[in-house]
Amino acid sequence: MESLRGKVAIVGAADTEVGVVPHLSATQLYVKAAKSALEDAGITKDEVDGLITCNSFVEPYMYHAEMIAEYMQIFPRYCLNVATGGGTTLAILHHAAAAITSGMCHTVLVTMADNMLSGLSRDRAIEAMSTAGHAQFERPYGPPIPAFYALIAQAHMHAYGTTSEQLAAVAVACRRHASMNPAAQMRDPITVDDVVNSKMIASPLHLLDCSLVSDGGAALILTSAERARDFPHPPVYMLGVGEGHSHEHISQARNLTTSAAKEAGERAYAMAGLGPTDIDVAELYDCFTPVVVIELEDLGFCPKGEGGRFVEGGRIELGGELPVNTHGGLMSHCHPGHPGSMFSVTEAVFQLRGACGPRQVKDANIAFVHAQGGIMSTHCSMILGKEVG
Amino acid sequence: MMTAPLEKALPVPTGETQPFWEGCQNHELRIQQCSACGQYQFYPRLYCTACMSEQVEWVQASGRGTVLSFTVVYRPVTKAFTEDVPYVVALVTLEEGPQLMSNIVECDPEQVAIGMPVESVFEDWSEDIAVLKFRPALA
Ligand SMILES: [Zn+2]
Repeated sequence: MESLRGKVAIVGAADTEVGVVPHLSATQLYVKAAKSALEDAGITKDEVDGLITCNSFVEPYMYHAEMIAEYMQIFPRYCLNVATGGGTTLAILHHAAAAITSGMCHTVLVTMADNMLSGLSRDRAIEAMSTAGHAQFERPYGPPIPAFYALIAQAHMHAYGTTSEQLAAVAVACRRHASMNPAAQMRDPITVDDVVNSKMIASPLHLLDCSLVSDGGAALILTSAERARDFPHPPVYMLGVGEGHSHEHISQARNLTTSAAKEAGERAYAMAGLGPTDIDVAELYDCFTPVVVIELEDLGFCPKGEGGRFVEGGRIELGGELPVNTHGGLMSHCHPGHPGSMFSVTEAVFQLRGACGPRQVKDANIAFVHAQGGIMSTHCSMILGKEVG
Repeated sequence: MMTAPLEKALPVPTGETQPFWEGCQNHELRIQQCSACGQYQFYPRLYCTACMSEQVEWVQASGRGTVLSFTVVYRPVTKAFTEDVPYVVALVTLEEGPQLMSNIVECDPEQVAIGMPVESVFEDWSEDIAVLKFRPALA
C-alpha cells in the first residue's frame, strides 16, 4: 500500500456555534460551517472540486453530499456521503486523502453538522434512542445506548479493577478544558464526587459519565501538501491514518475490553513512523468515560488495564503528561451526533496552529485524533503534525 | 421479573431466524452448528463463519451459560420498559461458545455478577413470540 504520510494537509478549519443553536436548521449548520472553513482557507467555493459529507439524522437527504453541493451551488468532480457513526469524521478524512493523492480531485471540502438537541420532534428523539442495537437479538432486552457502553465498562472494571472514580476523572478533565473554551456547551467545573453522585443511568455509568446532546457543525478543507503552502494558515499535515473494524453489534464483539482502536492506532503510527511518546496532545472519542480509558490503552499511551490509573491525578489535563480533549470533548464541548469528532479535528488543527489561547498545549507539534462509531465498532486514528514529517 | 407489556415491539423473525424463534416458542434454545467443522454460531447465518460451509444445522443448545458482562438499567430505553426498572441487560456466553444479549431475570439485580452461571428461560410475549432470557442457574 502506498503511504499517505505527509502528502495531504488541512488548510481550512472552522466550527459553527455549538450547544443550543435553535435558529439554524441542520442543513444551515452544514453550509455555515462550510462557508467559515472556506474563509479560513482563503478560497472561494469554486476552488472546491471534492465534497464529502455525512448524512444528517435530523434533516436527512437521500443523496446528502449532492444536496449540500446543490444548496451551495458547487459542482465537484468527487462527491461522497460516508457513514460510520462516530468514526465518520476520520474515515472521511482518510477517503479525502486517498482521493487527493490519487488525483481524483485537488481540494476537498468536508462538512458535517446536525441539531440533535433542537431539531428533533419528541417521536424522533425516542426513535434516535431506541433504534440502536439488533432489532431481533438486542432491542427486545431494552438496552438504552448507555447500557451498551456500560457492558464494556463493567467488563473493564471486572478485569482490571478500574473504578468509577477513575472513569469520573475523564469527565472532570473534559470539563476543566471546556471551562477554558468559550465555545463549549458546558463550562462549569465538576469534581469526581459530582460525577459519581450523579444519577445512575446504567450501572456503572452515571449521568455525568455520558456525553452531551447538542447542535453544531464543523468543516475542513484539505489539499495536497504541495499546494498547501499557498494558504493563509500554516498547513497541518496528515502524517498517519489507520482504521480498524470489528463488529456492528456489541453482542458480537470479539472482546469487550480491547477494541479495534488497537489496529487503527498501530496502522496510523506505522504510517507516521511515530509512537505514543511522540504525541503532544490527544483528542479521543469520549461518548462515555470508559471509552477514553480503553482508547488510551489500545492506542498505546499506557499498558492494557492501566487506563484507569493513567487518567488519574490530572495526567490527561492541560499541563499533564498527555492533555486529552482540550476543547472539552463530546463530554463538555458538544456532541451533535455523527459530527462529534469533527470538533476533535478542528481542535487539533487549532492546537497545532497555536491558536487555542488559555487552553493551548505548549509546543504542540504532533496531535493524535481518534474516533469510534457504533458500539466500539468502527475505529479510525489520525496523526497530524505541523511539519511534513 | 420482567413482564411483556403490549407496548414492547415484538421481534419480527426473518426466513433466516425463523427456526430460532420457533424454538423459543417451544421454550427451546436453538443455535446453528456447522456440520463440516463443528463450530457453533449465533446469530443465525447463511454459512459457517469459521469455514464458510453452508452445511449449518439447527441444534438445541444446553441453555446453560455464564454472564460475560452486565448492566443494571435505571433509565429505561422507552416507556414500554418503565415497569421493569431496574432491569439487567447482560451478555451471556453459552456453554457451546457463542455469546448473545439477554436479560437476567428471576433475581435481585444486585446479585448479578460477571462469571455467574445462568440458564435459559422463556417469556411468552404473544402467541407466536417467546423471548429468550436467563436466570441464575440452580446449583
Ligand atoms: Zn464450519
